[in-house]
Amino acid sequence: MTDWPILSTVTFLPLVGVVLLLLTREDGPFGRRNILNVSLLTTVFTFVVSLFIWIGFDNANPGFQMVEKHEWMNTGIAYHLGVDGISMLFVILTTFLMPFCVLASWDSVEKRLKEYMIAFLLLEVVMIGVFVSLDIVLFYVFFEATLVPMFIIIGVWGGKDRVYASYKFFLYTLLGSVLMMVAIMAMYWQAGTTDITALLKYGFPAGLQTWLWLAFFASFAVKMPMWPVHTWLPDAHVQAPTAGSVILAGVMLKLGGYGFIRFSLAMFPLASDYFAPFVFTLSVLAIIYTSLVAMMQDDIKKLIAYSSVAHMGYVTMGIFAANQQGVQGAIFQMLSHGIVSGALFLCVGVIYDRLHTREIAAYGGLVNNMPKYAVAFMIFTMANVGLPGTSGFIGEFLTIIGVFRVNTWVALFAATGVILSASYALWLYRRVIFGALEKESLKSLLDLSTREKIVLYPLVILTIFFGVYPAPVFDATAASVDLLVNNYSAALQAAGKLALLVH
Amino acid sequence: MTAEILLASLQISTPELILAIGALALLMIGVFSGDRSAPTVTGLAVAIMIAAGLWLVLVPVQGEAWGGAFILDPFSRFMKVIALVGSITAMVMTVGNARSEQLDRFEFPVLLLLATLGMMLLISANDLIALYLGLELMSLALYVVAAINRDSLRSTEAGLKYFVLGALSSGMLLYGMSLIYGFTGNTGLDNIAQVLTAETRSLGVVFGLVFILAGLAFKISAVPFHMWTPDVYEGAPTPVTAFFASGPKVAAMAVFVRVVTEAFMPVFADWQQVVVFISIASMLLGSFAAIGQKNIKRLMAYSSIGHMGYALVGLASGSQSGVSGVALYMLIYMVMTLGTFACIMAMRRKDGGAVENIEDLAGLSSTNPFMALVMTALMFSLAGIPPFAGFWAKWFVILPAIEAKLYALAIIGVVASVVGAYYYLRVIKVMWFDAATGEFGRISGELRLVFGLSGLFVTAYVLFGGPVGSAAEAAAKAFF
Repeated sequence: MTDWPILSTVTFLPLVGVVLLLLTREDGPFGRRNILNVSLLTTVFTFVVSLFIWIGFDNANPGFQMVEKHEWMNTGIAYHLGVDGISMLFVILTTFLMPFCVLASWDSVEKRLKEYMIAFLLLEVVMIGVFVSLDIVLFYVFFEATLVPMFIIIGVWGGKDRVYASYKFFLYTLLGSVLMMVAIMAMYWQAGTTDITALLKYGFPAGLQTWLWLAFFASFAVKMPMWPVHTWLPDAHVQAPTAGSVILAGVMLKLGGYGFIRFSLAMFPLASDYFAPFVFTLSVLAIIYTSLVAMMQDDIKKLIAYSSVAHMGYVTMGIFAANQQGVQGAIFQMLSHGIVSGALFLCVGVIYDRLHTREIAAYGGLVNNMPKYAVAFMIFTMANVGLPGTSGFIGEFLTIIGVFRVNTWVALFAATGVILSASYALWLYRRVIFGALEKESLKSLLDLSTREKIVLYPLVILTIFFGVYPAPVFDATAASVDLLVNNYSAALQAAGKLALLVH
Repeated sequence: MTAEILLASLQISTPELILAIGALALLMIGVFSGDRSAPTVTGLAVAIMIAAGLWLVLVPVQGEAWGGAFILDPFSRFMKVIALVGSITAMVMTVGNARSEQLDRFEFPVLLLLATLGMMLLISANDLIALYLGLELMSLALYVVAAINRDSLRSTEAGLKYFVLGALSSGMLLYGMSLIYGFTGNTGLDNIAQVLTAETRSLGVVFGLVFILAGLAFKISAVPFHMWTPDVYEGAPTPVTAFFASGPKVAAMAVFVRVVTEAFMPVFADWQQVVVFISIASMLLGSFAAIGQKNIKRLMAYSSIGHMGYALVGLASGSQSGVSGVALYMLIYMVMTLGTFACIMAMRRKDGGAVENIEDLAGLSSTNPFMALVMTALMFSLAGIPPFAGFWAKWFVILPAIEAKLYALAIIGVVASVVGAYYYLRVIKVMWFDAATGEFGRISGELRLVFGLSGLFVTAYVLFGGPVGSAAEAAAKAFF
């Protein structure tokens, strides 16, 4: 461990790219090339630097590492950063996906490329900030700030109904978050601090926990999104540009899951236990209902968006199972979904760039002239289904085991979701890739270009690698999750003893 | 009165003396050299206000003066500096467009100077009589300024409306003061507080209190005394509206805080319910009524009504952190408003015609990216989205409300802010998502400086928010 503030560096490194971009000019192919190069270099460099977090990370230490703390606002709000096993990999996931977003926008963004890249780099800053914050107000600031660049990205570079989608995205999530803000204030007056490490140790009284849990739930459930507050997601996904969808599905949905683990589960164990059946119900409904809805979609992006909601159902289910398998599985599922759904959106982007439509009916028989694409798309589809050997399997399997230990009925219903996801995903694959190549417009399509290969192949490798050998992830998360789960059951036991004493 | 006391009083009220003497001198200059002296007078007026501001910041005297009618404490110092900065900025902004707005008369800067003097007296008022004098000095100057564009029907209508409704509110204020004097036997704010206890609280006192609050609520344009705001904001020339939205609001809010916390703290429960009510009503009306507005000045009027509601959330808690939240809120609010009005004043077509519909901003992000960027930051800040300054303003007023267990108030406040976000987003949408319909002409240097600085303030607030917040806290200590 050195004194170098690596977390601040990684968080704010993209700002260097923003400054450089502000200095460039966007005229002619040369200016465009410059902007793309600067953005790509910044994101790749940030990723490389962020790998040092993983290298320097001590897997055996369940607490927060690489901590930085400085005075910031008055009333004790501090600039406090740190990572533990739960948050560290999300930072890597964010920095990892960003270069792909830049590459995916290489040709497809035609207007105002400079502003586009600036918005993405700013988004990267605030997303990393969410995961490394150790002050709850700092967390909230980053959490909310993600809305600003995303609103602009969807609204300026989105599809036909972009204005509606961007408003819905912004206002929906804002409404959820402001209640969390009130809850954070209540926590401050109760515990006298906004420091997450101190709040984790502070036992909130049972009655207050219920209210706080509900307020946080309002925010994270919308962000996640859980059924029935998921309706902003399909709109936002469909309208957003490809890279926007990748970030939305890959990272922004994880903010909700991360929040559930870090705050709801860890700080309000009694309320989490009390509300667990409620969450299970919503999760199962999400898994089954949105899978069925996904089956009926005509739009590829919308289908994947609904499948994301279903997959997030496994995550919430696993988190509130509140045991080692459930929480680890949820984290793994989020990371894997970040890669797989991001990759799926990139796959959609590939054919959208060629034909400028996302209608499933417009495609068919692509395997004949795009074999490499067909292979990549197949691997991601299988990972989305949760086929053993892909990363999707591990997360789903673990969360179902986790929940099985708590409630077998929930596990049973969740398992049917696997079948449903297989049916919509395979059906989508059949309609797009297989069949005869009859449509005139499709016959001239070319297979993956070099740039697209660079984008998709690493993701293919990772999907299979983590499907076969998930240990690196579990090694990093195990200690922190252990601590979390032990604290959780200790809090429940203490409350149970208290209840016995009273009776 | 001995010489020492007189000298001490003079020293404490030096900034006001500078302004008063300056205003009279400028009036002479103007009268003797006619309208062509307007630019000189404007420049001198700014210099005078800067001198008064420097005195306030640099000379560390404080205490009561003039037999207790005037007070200079950390709170009044803080608010005065804000009000002065607001007045100076608003006056600087008029320079570029003075001719086309028909403000190139020497009376204009003199009146603004007198209004500023009124604000300063108001902020320092420690006695009901002094309060009333300060308020009227400020208001009378503002009535004239609102109608200064004599040839414009809208401007004269705005002035008249403002005057009639303002006179009504002054009447209510005076009536309330007379009731308070009758039931407590005092006009000094401290003395009222000493006399007032749970036993001496009577229906008459409560009546008087409510009338005073009504009169003051009119000046900060809080619901249900907000009716004048949209019409006056829209009708008055834009530089005048910018002035209205900055200093006078700060001064009126400061005196609102001083009256309730200094004189009426013993009957906290009585005024708390009034403040909670007008706060909720303002936040809700400010959010919902703004949705249908097409004119950006009217939009800002409703936005200011809403923002006053938020500032009152802090006051409703009646604690030191609440008052410090209000002080901070007014500072941040003023910076945001001035920046926005600088942008509105920059909305001029190339042929010189000013436009003020939200739709006229269409495509600004491609025609003038810098202004669009600033305006975007300001709108997100007004909506209270972190990390911009407006978020911290809201944070530090809602935080004390939670401490005081005013949960309903806090939750209505945050939900109203989501509704409010809708119309701020609409401005951003027009600038970024819509195609350009026309370009604006060259923007004068002062305006660019003002909105540039204010954009910098709201975005960089996260870097220097700590010291600013501490200053507001120190200011609030004056009362507790």
